[in-house]
Amino acid sequence: MNTDSLGYIFISASLINNFVLAYFLGICPFLGVSGKIGTASKMGAAVTFVMLISSICAYTIHYLLLRINAPYLQLISYIVVIASTVQLVEMFIKKMSPALFRALGIFLPLITTNCAILGLALFQTSKDYDMIQSVIYALGAGTGFTLALVLMAGLREQLDLADVPKLIKGTALVLLVAGILSLAFMGFSGLGNQ
Amino acid sequence: MNILIALSFLGGLTLLLAFLIFIANRFLYVYEDPRIDKVNELLPQANCGACGYPGCRPFAEALVGGEVLPGKCTVSSEEGRMSIAQYLGVGLGNEEKKVARLACAGGKNVATKKANYWGLETCQAAALVSGGGKSCFWGCLGFGDCERVCDFDAISMDRFGIPLVDASKCTACGDCVDVCPKDLFSLQPLSNRLWVACKNLEKGEAVLEECEVGCTACGKCAMDAPQLIEMKNNLPVIEYGKGPQKPEAIDRCPTGSIVWWAEDSQFVKGKESKKVIRVGER
Repeated sequence: MNTDSLGYIFISASLINNFVLAYFLGICPFLGVSGKIGTASKMGAAVTFVMLISSICAYTIHYLLLRINAPYLQLISYIVVIASTVQLVEMFIKKMSPALFRALGIFLPLITTNCAILGLALFQTSKDYDMIQSVIYALGAGTGFTLALVLMAGLREQLDLADVPKLIKGTALVLLVAGILSLAFMGFSGLGNQ
Repeated sequence: MNILIALSFLGGLTLLLAFLIFIANRFLYVYEDPRIDKVNELLPQANCGACGYPGCRPFAEALVGGEVLPGKCTVSSEEGRMSIAQYLGVGLGNEEKKVARLACAGGKNVATKKANYWGLETCQAAALVSGGGKSCFWGCLGFGDCERVCDFDAISMDRFGIPLVDASKCTACGDCVDVCPKDLFSLQPLSNRLWVACKNLEKGEAVLEECEVGCTACGKCAMDAPQLIEMKNNLPVIEYGKGPQKPEAIDRCPTGSIVWWAEDSQFVKGKESKKVIRVGER
């Protein structure tokens, strides 16, 4: 399978190299916001949205940096640009749709410093994706993130009812489940190799 | 040379972004009443919804907008409500304190079981399996869903599996009312002292076979307080407000299913109600 095709990029980012369960990026919201399916899917949507924006920004910055022959500024410029773009988007949403702003709430500013976002920007640069590929890659990564979060939230909602030993109740149990989920996602690793 | 390029690029970039945010702040600025934040700080941040608003912040917005009075918040302390009322220059609008009352007294010392329930240790789950293990279809299942759902530690299960409500901690948020699969909880003003602690719709011996403290629908309380109490569907229904509530109404109750809240969190039974003899798990 052609590894540059858009379909492959999407599947690869969402399942095979899932940001949370294969790269272990963005573990903080994965553990923190996976208590309820409702908030988990909202958080996933917000992350996907920020990923899309930062992917476009990163592509533009990378292009500019290559022009002036200063690729060593990549990391620091990504951080600055992503943070301020999200800030701008937040202001825009607050003005245009207070309801959406309240729904995303604290998540938006928190996502800005999420390592999954920066990871996405760095990966897409190192893989030399063009504009459309970058956007698809961000979409795939966001979908994968949402999938991991919603799966985890569903499991945790069921686990709340389960009779588990007191010793592993709470975070320990969540980490155990995260490990098992991650193992399950490792099963995708052969996908597309034939 | 490199350092110059780096400096000018980063400098230019940050300046550009700062300018963009400056412009955006100009055009996208949303005016918010600064009093909302202040009032929000004075609220208890329990986000319980007892006031009828989704949380403390929406309630603060409504307070500042003049839609409600601070008394609607039953969770905050008297001083908290006073300070909000003073800050906004409005009346207090006190509402009478309400508490959650349980319409069942059949712990496992007095109520019989028709089956052993094995499964998820929650009332909601047990109620799905033909109404749970108790003989009385209407009775409290005793797995403590209400104790778990209470954000204020106001509910504790006694040793017979009946929830006790601590009236001083209860904020009448209504979470226990929603969670109870048998609909046994209801929010009652503290001045409602007379209370029927049973929901069994059967009568006579049929009730006593299921629970020693169930209402047998003998109607003695309705005779003793004719205006106030009326028998409906084999249960006394107290029409609060139709007459003065007197503790004498409970005196002749043979099973002690109609009770009098002598203190906020402690009720007494009638003089003639038979003592519960069998104590201990069966």
